[in-house]
Amino acid sequence: MSRIQPAKRRNTPSRPDAPAEELTLNRIRRGETARVKALKSAGSMRRRLLDIGLVEGTRVECVQRSPAGDPVAYLIRGAVIALREEDSSRVLVEYC
Amino acid sequence: MGLTANSTGGGALDRGLHIEKSSPDERVVALAGNPNVGKSTVFNELTGLKQHTGNWPGKTVTNAQGRCTHQGIPYILVDIPGTYSLMAHSAEEEVARDFLCFGGPDAVVVVCDATCLERNMNLVLQTLEITGKVVVCVNLMDEAERKGIRVNTVQLSENLGVPVVGASARSGKGLAELMDQVGTVVTGQRECRPAKVRYLPVVEEALRMLEPAVSARLSGRLDSRWVCLRLLDCDDGLRETITGYLGFSLWEDCAIIKKIRQAQELLLEHGIAGDRLKDILVSCVILRAEELCMDAVVCVQGGYSRRDRKIDRVLTSKWAGIPLMLLLLAVVFWITIAGANLPSELLSGGLFWIGDRLSDFLCWAGAPGWLEGALVDGVYRVLAWVVAVMLPPMAIFFPLFTLLEDAGYLPRIAFNLDKYFKKACACGKQALTMCMGFGCNAAGVVGCRIIDSPRERLIATITNSFVPCNGRLPPPRKGKQSGRKAG
Repeated sequence: MSRIQPAKRRNTPSRPDAPAEELTLNRIRRGETARVKALKSAGSMRRRLLDIGLVEGTRVECVQRSPAGDPVAYLIRGAVIALREEDSSRVLVEYC
Repeated sequence: MGLTANSTGGGALDRGLHIEKSSPDERVVALAGNPNVGKSTVFNELTGLKQHTGNWPGKTVTNAQGRCTHQGIPYILVDIPGTYSLMAHSAEEEVARDFLCFGGPDAVVVVCDATCLERNMNLVLQTLEITGKVVVCVNLMDEAERKGIRVNTVQLSENLGVPVVGASARSGKGLAELMDQVGTVVTGQRECRPAKVRYLPVVEEALRMLEPAVSARLSGRLDSRWVCLRLLDCDDGLRETITGYLGFSLWEDCAIIKKIRQAQELLLEHGIAGDRLKDILVSCVILRAEELCMDAVVCVQGGYSRRDRKIDRVLTSKWAGIPLMLLLLAVVFWITIAGANLPSELLSGGLFWIGDRLSDFLCWAGAPGWLEGALVDGVYRVLAWVVAVMLPPMAIFFPLFTLLEDAGYLPRIAFNLDKYFKKACACGKQALTMCMGFGCNAAGVVGCRIIDSPRERLIATITNSFVPCNGRLPPPRKGKQSGRKAG
């Protein structure tokens, strides 16, 4: 991990619909780690995210962006899992 | 590519499972596990069957069954679909859950991946809620060792309350011990006392309110705690299945309805209703899994090593990722087409020589011209063409594809291409089924099972036939007739 310099934490520009404190998983840069606060998704995607271990308090590391920028691979509980932005943008996280 | 009569015939439509015992002594053992943990390898090693194994999820197309005998006890092993959970979000999960609950297995072997045990514990814990007759097989111990992960199976077994066996199925290590433990479980020598997941105090209290009424009606046919949990979280899909299995409806029993209401009111007082309860149930299982693994797993250097990271960074990088992929595909095609040339020529030469002899024979026997035309020019020639043209490229392409599979490159392809496929409302995994389609469309269509979303799966299934399979690829040498049969 030492080789990856954690990206400097700038204040992400806040869009009008998303307040600045609503940090979502898709905004985490490569090499950064965050902790899950809550899931905003519903239905089958919510259950799927819970099943892969994205429960409150889980540490998630962003490992790799795909060539097109989406999906992004995350290290979750020892497994590398790719999430599309539409799904990761519904995971509220905080830096840890 | 997993194309068997079992997976493509009428059996593929039948979601249920029927086990035919040839004698009443036979014990049914279900093999459960996450996708991609070597479940099929364990199955093949134990039964000697050759089911195609590969390291991308969804290879177990239907429930394969096989027989083996260990220490005088005959077993029927049932390879159920790989799932991460038994909450039945997909058809595979439903099949897996239904078999574990209602299929009446004498024991369940849950195969786990030692390199990411924590993720696998979710399924283990959920299985333990359904049945206590579980043996946990921690597979891929050799790979974990290489990655610097040590699993303490003794500790894990103590915490789970069921036997835990470490194994490396690919080299056959630990499987005899696994069957020993299965033997002790099915014969009742070892009484399993599975450690159930403890939920929040208020959920436990609600369960305590409900359980006596439910267990009185179940008379031990299902695990009452598990049924209570499902009653509380209102799993509608399960309602019919349980009713069908029991022969009566728990949801029409006045005493139970009353208790359910009371329990739900209690939960509501604590602000737990609907989705919130589901979240709590899932989170508690996952947190318990974390606890168990903290106890039993020692990571010397972390599961996802620095070397793997570096390789992944190149394979999926912005600039090199896609060119590398195209290059690999081109190499695979070149080897296939160039390599198939010679055997193709030899085969067609040989088979047509036989064809000529056949027509000589028919002439000699005085057969009428129309018969010779139908048999030799019609049936035999077409068959010979198909074999000569399609067999060699398939025999080269699929092994190469398997090599890429074993190297774990295929999921990276899906990862690289997902965005482009998403623009067409499809899924990145379709890239894999399309690649298989180059070898044989039928294999590609069957492979579409790996796609989760029903709509994306349908798109992949329908569009797969537009991929030119090797029977439709332009021939590399001249003199071939056109109009060959497509795969």
